[in-house]
Amino acid sequence: MNAITPRNAPENAYNFAYLDEATKRMIRRAILKAIAIPGHQIPFGAREMPLPYGWGTGGIQVTAAILGPRDVLKVIDQGADDTTNAVSIRRFFARVANVQTTTRTGEATIIQTRHRIPERPLTEGQVMVFQVPMPEPLFRLEPRLAETRRLHALGDYSLAQVKLYEDIAKQGESGSSYNHPVMVGGRYLMSPSPIPGFDNPKLHNSPALMLFGAGREKKIYAVPPYTTVESLDFEDHPFRPVRAPQRCSACGSATSYLDEIIADDKGGRIFVCSDTDHCAETQGL
Amino acid sequence: MGAPLLEAANLQLRFGAVRALDGVDVEIFPGEVVAIVGESGSGKSTLLRVLAGAMEPDAGRVLYRDAAGEAHDVQALSEAGRRRLMRSDWGFVHQNARDGLRMGISAGGNIGERLMAAGDRNYAHIRAEAADWMGRVEMNPERIDEPPKNFSGGMQQRLQIARCLVTNPRLVFMDEPTGGLDVSVQARLLDLIRGLVAQLGLAVFFVTHDIGAARLLAHRIVVMRHGRIVEEGLADRVLDDPRHAYTQLLVSSVLAA
Repeated sequence: MNAITPRNAPENAYNFAYLDEATKRMIRRAILKAIAIPGHQIPFGAREMPLPYGWGTGGIQVTAAILGPRDVLKVIDQGADDTTNAVSIRRFFARVANVQTTTRTGEATIIQTRHRIPERPLTEGQVMVFQVPMPEPLFRLEPRLAETRRLHALGDYSLAQVKLYEDIAKQGESGSSYNHPVMVGGRYLMSPSPIPGFDNPKLHNSPALMLFGAGREKKIYAVPPYTTVESLDFEDHPFRPVRAPQRCSACGSATSYLDEIIADDKGGRIFVCSDTDHCAETQGL
Repeated sequence: MGAPLLEAANLQLRFGAVRALDGVDVEIFPGEVVAIVGESGSGKSTLLRVLAGAMEPDAGRVLYRDAAGEAHDVQALSEAGRRRLMRSDWGFVHQNARDGLRMGISAGGNIGERLMAAGDRNYAHIRAEAADWMGRVEMNPERIDEPPKNFSGGMQQRLQIARCLVTNPRLVFMDEPTGGLDVSVQARLLDLIRGLVAQLGLAVFFVTHDIGAARLLAHRIVVMRHGRIVEEGLADRVLDDPRHAYTQLLVSSVLAA
């Protein structure tokens, strides 16, 4: 019988960062292509990972491919560092790559995220890795993937614009509060992954590199630093990032993105920062 | 009259043993309405699709002259170029409105799509144009937010025409635009098309098996049979003094009301 290794002990049975070197090279090639063509989806040979589809198999492969021994990794899930998914992925890389992990946005060199961009402005040299469930922004508008590829090639995005027209005609505003499609570098329509519209402006001309990995759909795409990212809108109905018009009940921030939490069984509710690290920092913790 | 807007020379296309197009030459001049008539299977719809670049012929070529007078070989255009033409200079009205409309999207969205494809990003302008065009095709602009399925067959056809004309095309292809509609609706639709064509100076290629519709709309008639043009001439000449035996048969087959 093998002795059971402690849960946080470094794991030596796997290659550095779990994936073998050939796979990492393949993923890095896809990433380089993606950076060369901002917003364009690059197919790659996604591997089976030790977590289910939908939990970040794409993001974890991108992270594994770019992770170096001196990197400092932060993982967030809906803005929080302490949820199951974030804790598991952070612990996973601490074990298979023995890298330093952190919850501080400012200290991290790589931030893997599900559905949020941290409140604290990103800096040059930082890399954001997004977990993407559905990379195709025209999905739901055009069911044939071959046709969506043709539309991307021709730059024909009138379908997405028509969808927006319909939303405004029916409800007076855009119908997508998250995953609102963006034009990258004025050329490709891109799904920003299911981040709230509130985070869309953070993609625009960001000094950090943004990488997007979709494991089930086997696609990687990227927004290089200082690339224009414009949310789809109309001149007379400009895109408006939305946040709950409240203050965080923990740190008092009136500018951060808030989660609504039901506080009791009498209809009481409070609002707290979705970005736990930002909230703690504001509180001086 | 100047140079033709669109001209096709020696088009050939076979479906297996069937010659769908067998050496067809046609041309259309700016502002002209040309009807292509013939029985089912005579190759008229195929001809229309080849002319519009939706289908590739085995041989022959189609030349289109743009507003600047420059001639383009339609088959040699890239797909991007063809699409650009399709949404700026050309329009295509299908026999079945379902083929030409997005059924899940409101009337306004359907009409506005071509404007948005052409780069219009002003919601109020798109909406005003859509409402204006609904009025011009005699639809109630208040129904701008209703989906096509709420409209009758004749209304859907009007919607399809509005969707085509909103970007001011120079050349419109119509494949049996009045097919499947009842007679009174047909008459009003034909009247509408005739009015719009005259008002906008459109050139129209128009496929029909309805001799009456051809008489009402067309300046010139092309009679097709077995993939060949058997007779061609001014509309009243062809209908009142048909020369080819097949045209005589076609004209004499029309039921008098």
